[in-house]
Amino acid sequence: MNLALKNPMPIADENAALSSTLPLLKVHQLTKLFGHEKGCQDVSFDLYPGEVLGLVGESGSGKSTLLSVLSGRMPPDRGSVQYAEDSAEDNANWLDIYAAGEARRRQLLRTEWGFVEQNPRDGLRMSVSAGANIGERLMAQGVRHYGQLRETALHWLQQVEIDAARVDDPPRAFSGGMQQRLQIARNLVSSPRLVFMDEPTGGLDVSVQARILDLLRSLVRELDLAVILVTHDLAVARLLADRLLVMRRSRVVETGLTDQILDDPQHPYTQLLVSSVLQA
Amino acid sequence: MDTIIKVAGISKKFVLHQQHDVTLNVLSEISFEVRKGECLVLAGRSGAGKSTLLRMLYGNYLTETGSIQMRHDNRWLELVGANPRQIMAVRRHTLGYVSQFLRVIPRVPTIEVVMEPALLRGIPAAHARRRAETLLARLNISERLWSLAPGTFSGGEQQRVNIARGFMVNWPALLLDEPTASLDDTNRRVVLELIEEAKAEGSALIGIFHDEKARTKVASRLLDMESEEINHV
Ligand SMILES: Nc1ncnc2c1ncn2[C@@H]1O[C@H](COP(=O)(O)OP(=O)(O)OP(=O)(O)O)[C@@H](O)[C@H]1O
Ligand SMILES: [Mg+2]
Repeated sequence: MNLALKNPMPIADENAALSSTLPLLKVHQLTKLFGHEKGCQDVSFDLYPGEVLGLVGESGSGKSTLLSVLSGRMPPDRGSVQYAEDSAEDNANWLDIYAAGEARRRQLLRTEWGFVEQNPRDGLRMSVSAGANIGERLMAQGVRHYGQLRETALHWLQQVEIDAARVDDPPRAFSGGMQQRLQIARNLVSSPRLVFMDEPTGGLDVSVQARILDLLRSLVRELDLAVILVTHDLAVARLLADRLLVMRRSRVVETGLTDQILDDPQHPYTQLLVSSVLQA
Repeated sequence: MDTIIKVAGISKKFVLHQQHDVTLNVLSEISFEVRKGECLVLAGRSGAGKSTLLRMLYGNYLTETGSIQMRHDNRWLELVGANPRQIMAVRRHTLGYVSQFLRVIPRVPTIEVVMEPALLRGIPAAHARRRAETLLARLNISERLWSLAPGTFSGGEQQRVNIARGFMVNWPALLLDEPTASLDDTNRRVVLELIEEAKAEGSALIGIFHDEKARTKVASRLLDMESEEINHV
């Protein structure tokens, strides 16, 4: 029955056509252990511009440790994280973020990178106004013009669907969902290329979650953001992530396209994870 | 020269680790090719693995052995073993898929669900909107529903939104999993027209149709998934 392959045609070098752009992040054999299988070990992957990578797995599997090491907040025991600084067509300046100094790392985290904490109180300054929260990164980058800061703050409040009239209120006066949206605005204002998120909808009601997920989904696409997202919620992973790493006891047990991992999981642990939720 | 998809010797088994490692051998050694402008119809009893095969072609189910080659970006790309970025690029530009059920995203209005494949390809929004409106109107989705999220729609309405989305762009290759199921005669005819139009535009189609009449109308060839034979019609 096999129809002869009549027109043999050389298979092109797959990578040439599809991935002329370079990765944004190269992660090699990253390991940080606090005890036996506590933490993360031997994690390697490349992340490309505009790509959303989800880290999933049960609590204690090492997702948040991995996120901390990836984002420059916790030095690894071994392995490396390399970031493409000023990359052009097919040429990048690779910055090894733990070989770089503390000052450079901090600067990166305030400008080209962002970090959305699970608890907005950890990512916001609760006592200053919403507008000042949004303006902080710009001021750190040297923007001093009051009118410009104000205008940007109003623009970003609108982007995250917060009433502009609240610009002078402190986040203390906001609901949990509003605080989380403000934290997102505070991070995105500096036009980062890479944003880390740790359970960004974790502590919120389902109805509030949907709104934030929808917002993240459209912002990620509009701004062509690369995102590394920790979530234990497979429905959130399905909605936001292009690709998943499944972690168990500090190791990555399976990786692949999000819908393939969720619909045809191969590893026994991934099958267990997927079958324990009703519908993702 | 017009071949778009070449499948050679692919098999599929599911190992259910949560259920005593039971192994289901669903497909074995499937091979076929599909050319521009034709529709290959997958036939076989329920459970024969028709939907499984479509999902493998789309990269939704993993294929471990054999070869699935797709004409993409003017070259042949091997999808077995391809990385996620390559599969995403194929899904954006080359391969469409109308699944049996619409997967709704909370809060996203119907018109945007339908427009999305065009926007992902960089087609201007105004142009995409016009085509989406035309498709929704042809599929008899009432205009007052266009700005609502399809989550609360009836099964048949959701399926028609799904079809409109699937026919939003001219796919070089398009997979259809029972696109006419749960539709009334009028809408079934519209879907069959859309399929004929896609064939005329040069799409290579692979479809599953339970309805005998629909099948004979659109099929260029049948792939019998029990005996795995290709019958020319
Ligand atoms: N993700 C999966 N995990 C385990 N088994 C699966 C999975 N998907 C499909 N199967 C099994 O593969 C077999 C073929 O299913 P499939 O849905 O492909 O059949 P089908 O020919 O499309 O049937 P129908 O005509 O009823 O739609 C079935 O036994 C099904 O249970
Ligand atoms: Mg089926």
